[in-house]
Amino acid sequence: MTRKQKRLSVIAAGAVFLATATGLTFYALGQKASYFYMPADLQAATLQPGQRIRLGGLVEPGTIVRGQGTEVSFGVTDHEKSVKVTYTGILPDLFREDQGVITEGTFGSDGVFVADSVLAKHDETYMPKEVADGLKAKGVWQEN
Amino acid sequence: MVETGHFALILAFSLALVQSVVPLFGARTGNERLMAVGGPVTVTGFALTALAFAALTMAYVQSDFSVLNVWENSHSLKPMLFKITGTWGNHEGSMLLWVLILTFFGALVAVFGGNLPATLRANVLAVQGWIGAAFLLFILTTSNPFTRLAPAPIEGRDLNPILQDIGLAVHPPLLYLGYVGFSVCFSFAVAALIEGRIDAAWARWVRPWTLAAWVFLTGGIAMGSYWAYYELGWGGFWFWDPVENASFMPWLAGTALLHSAIVMEKRSALKIWTLLLAILTFSFSLLGTFLVRSGVLTSVHAFATDPSRGVFILGILMLFIGGSLALFALRAGNLAAGGIFQPISREGALVLNNLFLTTAAATVLIGTLYPLVIEALSGDKISVGAPFFNLTFGSLMVPLLALVPFGPLLAWKRGDIHAAAQRLMAAFAVALLAVLSTLLFIDGATVLAALGIGLGVWMILGALTDIVLKSGLGAASGKVMLSRLRGLPRSVYGTALAHMGLGLSVLGIVGVVSFETENILTMRPGQTVELSGHTLRFDGLHPVQGPNFTEDQGRFELLDDDQKVIAEIVSSKRFYPARQMPTTEAGIKTMGLSQLYVSLGDETADGGVVVRLWWKPLVILIWFGGLVMMAAGAISLSDRRLRVGAPSRRAKPLAGKVSQSQS
Repeated sequence: MTRKQKRLSVIAAGAVFLATATGLTFYALGQKASYFYMPADLQAATLQPGQRIRLGGLVEPGTIVRGQGTEVSFGVTDHEKSVKVTYTGILPDLFREDQGVITEGTFGSDGVFVADSVLAKHDETYMPKEVADGLKAKGVWQEN
Repeated sequence: MVETGHFALILAFSLALVQSVVPLFGARTGNERLMAVGGPVTVTGFALTALAFAALTMAYVQSDFSVLNVWENSHSLKPMLFKITGTWGNHEGSMLLWVLILTFFGALVAVFGGNLPATLRANVLAVQGWIGAAFLLFILTTSNPFTRLAPAPIEGRDLNPILQDIGLAVHPPLLYLGYVGFSVCFSFAVAALIEGRIDAAWARWVRPWTLAAWVFLTGGIAMGSYWAYYELGWGGFWFWDPVENASFMPWLAGTALLHSAIVMEKRSALKIWTLLLAILTFSFSLLGTFLVRSGVLTSVHAFATDPSRGVFILGILMLFIGGSLALFALRAGNLAAGGIFQPISREGALVLNNLFLTTAAATVLIGTLYPLVIEALSGDKISVGAPFFNLTFGSLMVPLLALVPFGPLLAWKRGDIHAAAQRLMAAFAVALLAVLSTLLFIDGATVLAALGIGLGVWMILGALTDIVLKSGLGAASGKVMLSRLRGLPRSVYGTALAHMGLGLSVLGIVGVVSFETENILTMRPGQTVELSGHTLRFDGLHPVQGPNFTEDQGRFELLDDDQKVIAEIVSSKRFYPARQMPTTEAGIKTMGLSQLYVSLGDETADGGVVVRLWWKPLVILIWFGGLVMMAAGAISLSDRRLRVGAPSRRAKPLAGKVSQSQS
């Protein structure tokens, strides 16, 4: 092979490799990305059964119920709608009433959201960005 | 003192402007006196920035709350160590540290660059000056740490408690030394493009700088990972958080650069590609700076954000990345191509390494930025997390890691893959044995977990094989072998050790991911629990008063088979009144290479407390592997052939275009 052919074959091999990686990446993005919703957005959303989503909002005051062992349930609200969330595990340090949270998991058949992770920010003034934007869009929260 | 610091910073900015223009003009016109201005100006700029940084640190040490930045981030009762580290525990101060390190690297080039061709040195310093001027202007206009506050409050608002940890003393400085260290490679690349040629000195200089920056970045990432692991109480070592990704992308690109620079140095091939990688690596560093400080992505590392800062950094980003890539497009065609090689050769293996690493960096980039793009296009808010990265990044890394042991065994120009495979038979056999014994003897081991363990063993033994073969095992006497081992270049040891470190990290990751056990339960004082053969007794909660916090210490006793106490583990819930913020301090007991990790949750109504326990087998290896990689880089860096002064006698006659005789 001449120098030019050799270089072309290397470039071709590289292109095939990159195309494969790109394909894999976009396949994975379609499969693995999880969408963010606030309670009031859920009606308009079409969710597949068992689809993982992130549900964000404020912890509704007076709804935190500790059950058996480490089970806990609470309402997540955006002041329009509220969704009941159950979670088993240790809640974040900053989890409290009226605190912005993002929970990640799936809806059970009974309409209760089963979360496997609950995030609250590690900063007392910081609201998760998605939650802050969503609340601002609904006009129920202003930055102070 | 504060005003002195502020004034010094303004002076540093003015000098950076001089540094940006005068040496460059001198190099264009061949005026040696103008070129010579670069060195002293750079060193003075560093001294002034250091003075500014010292002034800010003093304000923190003295708890001078008349400075806005100190009031926002410090407290008089804070322990001294955290007062000092608090200097860079906030946006403004950490930006100042960033620029301090940048000017430090510039000064190093100025001081040790005496053997560089004068025009190259002048151009490199000018490019460093551009970066410095841009970021100094950014600090002075949008993020001034010296802003005064009147009247001065009596007490400060304290540093975010999460940051009140020794980790803040280690992680950011190491990380910035890495991030910013790559600016030198970038400046060399842009200087080469300005001159329109790559000379021998260029090739010799880029590799040690890359290596040094890589050592620091590796350390910064590994220490950051360990810090997050013990501080956040979630027990994870990597979260695929956007900001972690922001530091990981330059590491991947920098690792690729490290390998392509070897080809360039040894065989004067891949020059243009290496140049592009040097630009890309620092571009990733700049992108990381933008992502962390603009607040466009949700992350655990939320600096207080301000839209004007984001726009300013975006401007810097576009100017430097766009400008350097445009320059590359214009000039790269004129650069001389290097030597050719067979696909199966050391060069070929290193090209394959580059292909995998840059593609991996690209997938991390896509996963990190995809949510931004989708939100801009459709308004949908999505998150791309661990499942995506594990699938894409994982499927790129596994084949790369499996191929690593072959690389060093292939000859330059034309390698023999069969011979290499034969030499690796022993390593392969032992790795296979590791796979089988994992499957047979460890309960609950999946095939994937066993293969993962095998991969780690294969990498470690593969790296060892290279050293053993080079000593001439079997063919030579013990004495000859020993003298051969002593005669091997340090970079050979560096390579083997770095690959071993990677193998160790793989073992640690596989160990934790596959064999970790976890138990979440409510415990009352006196109750015992067993986890993976370890018995733990809960002794109760004990209130303790700290310097600027109160805490409830949950004390646990580790019992042996005879119910005797062998160790105490303390895990606590802290409360910092200044910020009204609770934190969790995990209790960790290291046993061999594994750890028992205890995290406390809320107290329950019936007098118990929620406890989360993990048994994390081999977890230490994840970070130990990182330390081994750092040591490997340092050993390689101490190689005489890389020492900047050493090759200068030989280099002078060669300066000019790299000879093409080898091709």
